[in-house]
Amino acid sequence: MKEVLRFENVSMRYHSKQGETVAVENLNFSVNEGEFTAIIGPSGCGKTTLLSLSAGLLTPTQGKIFSNGVSFGYMLQRDELFPWRTIEKNLFLPLEIKHTNTPEKRESALALAEKYGLSQFLKSYPSALSGGMRQRVALIRTLALNPDVLLLDEPFSALDYQTRLSVCNDVYKIIRQERKTALLITHDISEAISVADRIFVLSKRPATIIAEHSISFPEAEPLKRRENKEFSKWFEILWEELNK
Amino acid sequence: MKQKENYSLEHLSYLKKQRDKSILINVARILLLVVLLGVWELSAVFEWVNPFITSSPSRILKTITSLYKDGTLFYHISTTLSETLIGFFIAVALGYSIALLLWWSEIFRKISEPYFVVLNALPKIALGPLIIIWCGTGSNAIVFMTVLIGLIVAILNMLGGFMATDESKLLLLRSMGASKWQILIKLVVPSSLPTFISMLKINVGMAWIGSIMGEYIVSKAGIGYLIVYGGQVFKLDLVMSAVLILCILAAGMYALVALLEKLVVKNKN
Repeated sequence: MKEVLRFENVSMRYHSKQGETVAVENLNFSVNEGEFTAIIGPSGCGKTTLLSLSAGLLTPTQGKIFSNGVSFGYMLQRDELFPWRTIEKNLFLPLEIKHTNTPEKRESALALAEKYGLSQFLKSYPSALSGGMRQRVALIRTLALNPDVLLLDEPFSALDYQTRLSVCNDVYKIIRQERKTALLITHDISEAISVADRIFVLSKRPATIIAEHSISFPEAEPLKRRENKEFSKWFEILWEELNK
Repeated sequence: MKQKENYSLEHLSYLKKQRDKSILINVARILLLVVLLGVWELSAVFEWVNPFITSSPSRILKTITSLYKDGTLFYHISTTLSETLIGFFIAVALGYSIALLLWWSEIFRKISEPYFVVLNALPKIALGPLIIIWCGTGSNAIVFMTVLIGLIVAILNMLGGFMATDESKLLLLRSMGASKWQILIKLVVPSSLPTFISMLKINVGMAWIGSIMGEYIVSKAGIGYLIVYGGQVFKLDLVMSAVLILCILAAGMYALVALLEKLVVKNKN
């Protein structure tokens, strides 16, 4: 399988007047094309740093990151839709930023929106949509640039439990259907098990990888996975590792 | 939302209560004004107070009418109004631009910070004599004073608004590869719109303070001039009339900004 992202001995330090913090240390992992990879770690262990490093928004203080020419799409904890733009205009935002706001690109963004049931909301403002719908818009906005890899920074953590399960299911299906590679970072163990093909476990700060698991379920869908007996076994294993 | 004919009786009575309440409030407001004016007028007529000192509604009306008849009413109003508006627009435009510059450059922001703190704390009226010498005794001096009073407030308010831009939204745009200019245009400016409106509201007040204070220091015409002149020659009818006109003008300008807010902030948040 083709690697799309590889971290080699990556460390990241932050400097401030109060001192320096080592956010991540000696990270080694890779993400394969077409796979859904999850990284779990305790809160505040430098997860967001890791995603920003992957997307190239930060440069590591040590080590190397290989991402041979793949493009990334970032999905954040909250939908971050701009309230002064309609849903349609929100979807066009990445096109405007990339100066590719052409009729064809707009068409394909709108086609995605229609495919995933957003056509009736295109002229509405985000405030008119439910939390789950908004997060779906955020996903389509991320997909509008047709990125190779999706970086998901706890994208469901701001939703209530009910919505969270269904949106997670939703997003998973869309990502699979669009055949995207995804890297999910979360502190939610069950979320990771319900979507991932591979899971990396991070230690407390400074974060480094302490375990790697390949996960497979007969059913692919997150909601179905949660019903499987294997699910709780995986949960126990990862819980142990996280709390070591 | 349900159609009106489908409302339950309960809801209809709720609506009626709300309507009655707002009618009551409006009636009470007008009544209060009438009572105040009535008491004022009566106490002047029956000389419970000395109308020479307190003036009275009828005297004010008479003064305004005579100002109107000798053609100076609108001359004074337009003098002050144009000074206020010019000063207001310069202060807002300049303040906004300087705040943008400060947002853009962190080092510039840090260097200039203590200067803004001092300028903000300084009572601008202390510069009165300097302004007269620099700008002369015409309208320029008054506009200058108005700008001076509004400018720092505009800068500090807008900079606060720009700096309060949501971190996650900044991260989102950066992850899309946005340039600083794009971040400014697509995010910082639109998201600071509510701050801009509240800055306008504050600056309406500031502009009136500036122009009236300016006219106190140096002027040959305007509402502030009428107040000072009226005070000096003990024509308190004139002072009261000028204050009344000022109230109406300031309220009108504020209402315009409030209207602008309604138009602009309709769909936001």
